[in-house]
Amino acid sequence: MSAARFYQTGTFAVGNRLRDPDEAAAQADPGRGNAITKGHRACQGCGEALGARYALDAALRATGGRVIAANATGCLEVFSTPFPESSWRLPWIHSLFANAPAVATGITAALRAQGRSDVRVVAQGGDGGTLDIGLACLSGMFERGDDVLYVCYDNEAYMNTGVQRSAATPPAARTATTEPLGNRPGNAFGQGKNLPLIAMAHEIPYVATATVAELRDLERKVERAMEFHGPRYLHVLVPCPLGWGSAPAETIEIARLAKETGLFPVLEAEEGRVVAVSPIRRLRPVEDYLRRQKRYAHLFADGGRPEVIAQLQRIADRNVERFGLLDEPQQGSDGQAARELLDVLAAAERGPQ
Amino acid sequence: MRSQLEGSLGVARMVARCRPQVVCAYPITPQTHIVEALSRMVSTGELAPCEFVNVESEFAAMSVAIGASATGARAYTATASQGLLYMAEALFNAAGLGLPVVMTVANRAIGAPINIWNDHSDAMALRDCGWVQLYATSNQEAADMHVQAFRLAEQCSLPVMVCMDGFVLTHAFEPLELPEQQLVDEFLPPFRPRQLLDPAEPATIGALVGPEAFTEVRYLAHAKQMEALDAIPVLASEFESRLGRASGGLLGPYRCEDAHTVVIALGSVLGTLEEVIDERRARGAGIGALAVKSYRPFPDAELRAALAGVSKVVVLERAFSVGRGGIVSGDVLAALAGRELELHTVVAGLGGRAITRASLHRLLDDLDGGRLARLEFLDLERDVVERELERGRVHQRPGPHAESILRELGIVSAGPI
Repeated sequence: MSAARFYQTGTFAVGNRLRDPDEAAAQADPGRGNAITKGHRACQGCGEALGARYALDAALRATGGRVIAANATGCLEVFSTPFPESSWRLPWIHSLFANAPAVATGITAALRAQGRSDVRVVAQGGDGGTLDIGLACLSGMFERGDDVLYVCYDNEAYMNTGVQRSAATPPAARTATTEPLGNRPGNAFGQGKNLPLIAMAHEIPYVATATVAELRDLERKVERAMEFHGPRYLHVLVPCPLGWGSAPAETIEIARLAKETGLFPVLEAEEGRVVAVSPIRRLRPVEDYLRRQKRYAHLFADGGRPEVIAQLQRIADRNVERFGLLDEPQQGSDGQAARELLDVLAAAERGPQ
Repeated sequence: MRSQLEGSLGVARMVARCRPQVVCAYPITPQTHIVEALSRMVSTGELAPCEFVNVESEFAAMSVAIGASATGARAYTATASQGLLYMAEALFNAAGLGLPVVMTVANRAIGAPINIWNDHSDAMALRDCGWVQLYATSNQEAADMHVQAFRLAEQCSLPVMVCMDGFVLTHAFEPLELPEQQLVDEFLPPFRPRQLLDPAEPATIGALVGPEAFTEVRYLAHAKQMEALDAIPVLASEFESRLGRASGGLLGPYRCEDAHTVVIALGSVLGTLEEVIDERRARGAGIGALAVKSYRPFPDAELRAALAGVSKVVVLERAFSVGRGGIVSGDVLAALAGRELELHTVVAGLGGRAITRASLHRLLDDLDGGRLARLEFLDLERDVVERELERGRVHQRPGPHAESILRELGIVSAGPI
């Protein structure tokens, strides 16, 4: 791979300069290659493009560049490989919507039969390909114990087909198939389908969630995942400006708000048990998150739907309580270091008082 | 070495001699004995290096085969019936990606009504998925076809399914000749794909293709099958010269030389059919049989040549297109376009109903007597069907027929129909 241009000056790259060089982000290396190179067709502000680049680059760095990727059908597949062009700088296969985990299993089986233990396998898909149509293949892959890291980029609906509801669509969200007409609140309040918990129930070695707001945390989780063998699952929240009706420039901020409101718990689990949560730094009401997105605009129009917002707040409150999202992190833990670093960044963000 | 073996075991042992590196399977009757045997061979190390993957569905089985094949491993699976339909999307995908996966289809009916016995509804439903479809007439041929199938698949960059009749072949014990490993190795070189998933040379496989190139890609799939049409007889004759046994090929003509009537069929019914031909030949009838062994690609020219001088053709089909009639008949008619001849479609042996010599003789007597319709269903209980149709006309309400028919036949205990 050729070296990527280093054009992150003027950003919060200060964070990397403060770190020990060994702890620097994969993206901080000016000599790095990118798994997804420039020129792809993702929308402005696409959280998935960002998340996939960080996740796969971290996997490449962790393995010395020896990764094969299997991709489910979806935005990521479509925007990255319009024939005859491809953004992928690593061996990559797309087969079908529902079968990425099984294709990945086939790759691992072939590598085992060929005696190639040096090559690792990553499978990836969106929330529709993972929670809905691909769930059987994913569960089968977990259950068999295949050596695959599966990454779900969750943008909470079928964006590739024009924003229809998926099992990951949150209650009250407007999609093309859950329009808030009449008294309907948008997507119904159901049981939901929490795939990180479903993955944990398989007692696989490693399960983690992350958002594109904390990319260093995402990278670290990929690196951690690559330390294990067997099935691993990483669920990354990736805002979609098109589907969520948010400003492309606010993708990171909205992802951060999803975490800071408690709506999206960021955690790590090993063999079925939560071993770490990223604490909420400054708890925010869900309204701060909802107001930024047109998919929730009906909750604020014409006098608003405070009862629906209150229901969503209860979901966030339950997450905070259930996963201990406001608990103080352990002294000296990685979370503590991250917290200190974020405080520095927050101070820089505020500027001189 | 010649030994008395179950068809499934014969196929499994022959597949093992083809040195597959990944075998994946989901159990479905009547395919199970094949993959059970392969699983055992992998466990004992008799088949190595090979990974046996137990998957959660046929859709996953074909997907695992796709991943393995794209990574440069020789991949094999087996299925039947509902399982073949459940992997339909992945079948098209494997063909579209040009992955030389080989699969046994232990042909079985499709429900509803659910039925585990043999017919060809499963493979016929997937005839357009881009796979080569070979139909074995005997267990020996089924075993031999697998060796040819791997070679054909890898030579033409096409997936190949070897269809063998469920139970009739898979569960039948017959003396089978299985070649020494060395002979198979000489016939079938190691799998060396042009492109594979490898970090040393990153390739993108399965990109999005728009209208500007899709027709060309699809045309190439057809062109590859046309190449297979040339390759199949060459491989069959090389197989014969190396292993000393004729097996496979495009067609299997039986006493067609001076025949004016030929019965065309696929699969194991050829055994019974050939006996019937012999019996009628002994009585002086000018009749022959023709096995279609390669259904996709379909051998138009060879079929025309084999039927030169024939004036009556009966296509005996173990499946049919509801609302239309014969499936293979359509291919035969297209191949014989412009020829003056009488063609009859006889749908027979559905859901495991035995196709007996007596029934075939009756059928051919009807043909000779001018009593055979264009489309016939062999041994159909016409009274039973008529009564059910009449009930439908009276009640005018939708509903399934299966139970009414079983009551009619006295299989389900009494009660109002």
